[in-house]
Amino acid sequence: MVEIALPANSKINKGISHAPKGEIAKARTLKIYRWNPDDAENPRIDTYTIDEDDCGPMVLDALLKVKNEIDSTLTFRRSCREGICGSCAMNIDGQNTLACTKGMDEVKGDITIYPLPHMPVIKDLVPDLTTLYAQYESIEPWLKTDTPKPQAEWKQSREDREKLDGLYECILCACCSTSCPSYWWNSDKYLGPAVLLQAYRWLADSRDEATGDRLDDLEDPFRVYRCHTIMNCAKACPKGLSPAKAISEIKKLMVAREV
Amino acid sequence: MSDMRTPLSRARGLGSAKKGTHHFWMQRVTALANIPLTLFLVGALVVHAGADYATMTAFLGNPLVGVVMLLLIVSAIYHMRLGLQVVIEDYIHGEASKLLALIANNFFALTIGVACCVAVLKLVTAQ
Repeated sequence: MVEIALPANSKINKGISHAPKGEIAKARTLKIYRWNPDDAENPRIDTYTIDEDDCGPMVLDALLKVKNEIDSTLTFRRSCREGICGSCAMNIDGQNTLACTKGMDEVKGDITIYPLPHMPVIKDLVPDLTTLYAQYESIEPWLKTDTPKPQAEWKQSREDREKLDGLYECILCACCSTSCPSYWWNSDKYLGPAVLLQAYRWLADSRDEATGDRLDDLEDPFRVYRCHTIMNCAKACPKGLSPAKAISEIKKLMVAREV
Repeated sequence: MSDMRTPLSRARGLGSAKKGTHHFWMQRVTALANIPLTLFLVGALVVHAGADYATMTAFLGNPLVGVVMLLLIVSAIYHMRLGLQVVIEDYIHGEASKLLALIANNFFALTIGVACCVAVLKLVTAQ
């Protein structure tokens, strides 16, 4: 039935304001979501002020500066710092993006940083993406063939290879899926834009021989057809891809084999 | 007891329903049909603005007009039923309340659809 009460930890309290340390030439304020599973407190927004002149240009640089110099308890994922690993996906200034490729100069005023929306939070800016990874596994994202393996590689024409452009670049950072209202409401059954883009990456691969089986597994009122072309996914993607287009291509294939 | 199923088992759930495309396609087809049919209705209403009861019953009783009106009723109400079904599936998560809402949606659409058709047929056959 209708749930009137908000889930636990929905109310975010005013947090700690950390006083700036030493002389600051160009002050920049960060407002960061904090939640610790080890105490019984609700989440809070902590405020940090850093010197932009003494910091790298990206939001990730600011987060690292806070962690190194002001508050070592701040928890977030990061690895490659160049937009290829997808670890530092978070909600910055109201938009899901990668902290490492988002310049501080792209944000006006204070920089607000939250974890990816509508995911269970493990701690601070670290979301639990277990469901998304399981959904990715469920689409069997590998080449499936019945023809005996060739002596060398599976061949693919230049034109067929180009059909994977705009798909293979996806780094599975989950910015798109966690920006999608349909995924928020039905993430237990709807696969979401990230996984569907990956599903289409294998449907579009000329070397794959399991297209029909893949479509069979996807054809479901919830798995695919919860997409209502809201387009938040395409707007959020930090790699400039369009999961919405990939999903519409899947729907086209479904219609093509039925109508 | 906590759920000890693996994440993959939960993600696979009950498997694919292996349907959904027909629903998607019919929503598009009825949307397409609704464009000329609705334009006809709006045009007819504009032309007959201020007309008296006898003129309107005569107009709607014309068999050709009656056919278009019946097509509009079937297409628009089928489209409404499909759309409302999606809204219910999106937002109502309790299994029992979802089933009840889906059944109510079917009964509602069928009832007003049949009522509208009877009204048009009554006018056509009265001529």
